[in-house]
Amino acid sequence: MNIISRGFHSRRRNADDDSARVPPGQSVTHDFPVLSAGATPHTPLEQWTFSIENGGVMRTWTWKEFRALPSEPVTADIHCVTRWSKLDTIWEGVSVDTLLDEIDHDAGFVLAFCDGGYTTNLPLEDVTGGKAWVVYNYDGEPLDPEHGGPARLLVPHLYLWKSAKWVRGLRLLDEDEPGFWETYGYHMYGDPWREQRYSGD
Amino acid sequence: MAGTAVLGRLSWRVATVTTVVDETPRVRTITLDVPDWPGHVAGQHVDVRLTGEDGYRAERAYSLASAPGEPPMITVERLEDGEVSPYLTRELRLGDAFEVRGPIGGYFVWRPDDGGPLFLAAGGSGVAPMRAILRERRNSMSEVRARLLYSSRTLEDVIYRAELHDEDVVHTLTRAQPPGWTGYARRVDAALLREVAWPAEDGPLAFVCGPTSFVESVAAGLVELGYAPRRIKTERFGGMGER
Repeated sequence: MNIISRGFHSRRRNADDDSARVPPGQSVTHDFPVLSAGATPHTPLEQWTFSIENGGVMRTWTWKEFRALPSEPVTADIHCVTRWSKLDTIWEGVSVDTLLDEIDHDAGFVLAFCDGGYTTNLPLEDVTGGKAWVVYNYDGEPLDPEHGGPARLLVPHLYLWKSAKWVRGLRLLDEDEPGFWETYGYHMYGDPWREQRYSGD
Repeated sequence: MAGTAVLGRLSWRVATVTTVVDETPRVRTITLDVPDWPGHVAGQHVDVRLTGEDGYRAERAYSLASAPGEPPMITVERLEDGEVSPYLTRELRLGDAFEVRGPIGGYFVWRPDDGGPLFLAAGGSGVAPMRAILRERRNSMSEVRARLLYSSRTLEDVIYRAELHDEDVVHTLTRAQPPGWTGYARRVDAALLREVAWPAEDGPLAFVCGPTSFVESVAAGLVELGYAPRRIKTERFGGMGER
């Protein structure tokens, strides 16, 4: 199909946009836009925990315990399904590898669960091997609540809805099951380089 | 609430412009004729794709501003440094065509069976999906109470002005007010919400759409009033600021 819009042309002045680092259909932004489905939760740190749910067994860290885990700096490009990308974002947090280290399991998938009831699903191999973190600092500062603070998942190689804000844990699963946006027709996997925005893409 | 999951591949369809209405100096509503349009639910959006003569393509998402059963309409606010919105609000003529796919989205939606009372809060062109909801409520003869809190910069920036006369709307004009203006004249804050929003005891269902700062303050204010977080649905302007 080839519908040409007379007089429509690129107005991009931003050289970044042509970079090989920007997936198809995305534009680079220098802001940090906010997108979420509801009100921003504010869980006090003394009530905050992070859990790995493995069958019926829970491994839970308090905020203090969590912050005592080895952390690492992460610099990554992030890509939102609403078509913005942001390059070289700087985070700090705990690798999911570290969290799973002491857990004996043979799961193939995880479902991240969050304050406010949000969930998102990921294959285990996409959150292990140095590909995913639970981050609590952005650009050297504690992560703002509207960007997912106190802690969010960061899985930069997938569309940003997979990097669940306000994350409180990961449920280990044998079978993939759709999370929040996935139930509403968003793609189960969400690879920005293949433009997997909606189910069927 | 049942989701309207997008099943199978969403295909691009040709949309032909049948009507354009300049709502304000910066905002235009475009009615589209889309063969085999599958129908939509109030609150859903479409992706619009423009292709230039050199093959350059740009896609943006726009909320549907019409009710189910009506032809798809989008309301576009021009952002001068944008790429798609200046084209849609200035260059586009009747009979022109571009591609759309959708409808998309199953969360920020309202069906008459979802009930209410409805508290709708819109900032600027965030009023587009609220118009779809209000029209759907009217067309379906729903008896659900609905009130719209609508924040605009000035009176000239108020979109759907005539149509909204027939609805329960509370305006606030944040930047300038005409002489004799007796309505609100400030950004939405907790005190304003307390006066305008349905009481939490009524178990309202809230939809909030607008720029991030607006959505953040309204959603937080409603939680503070005792609204159930799960009954506050928000939609924020996308990253590029374009709708």
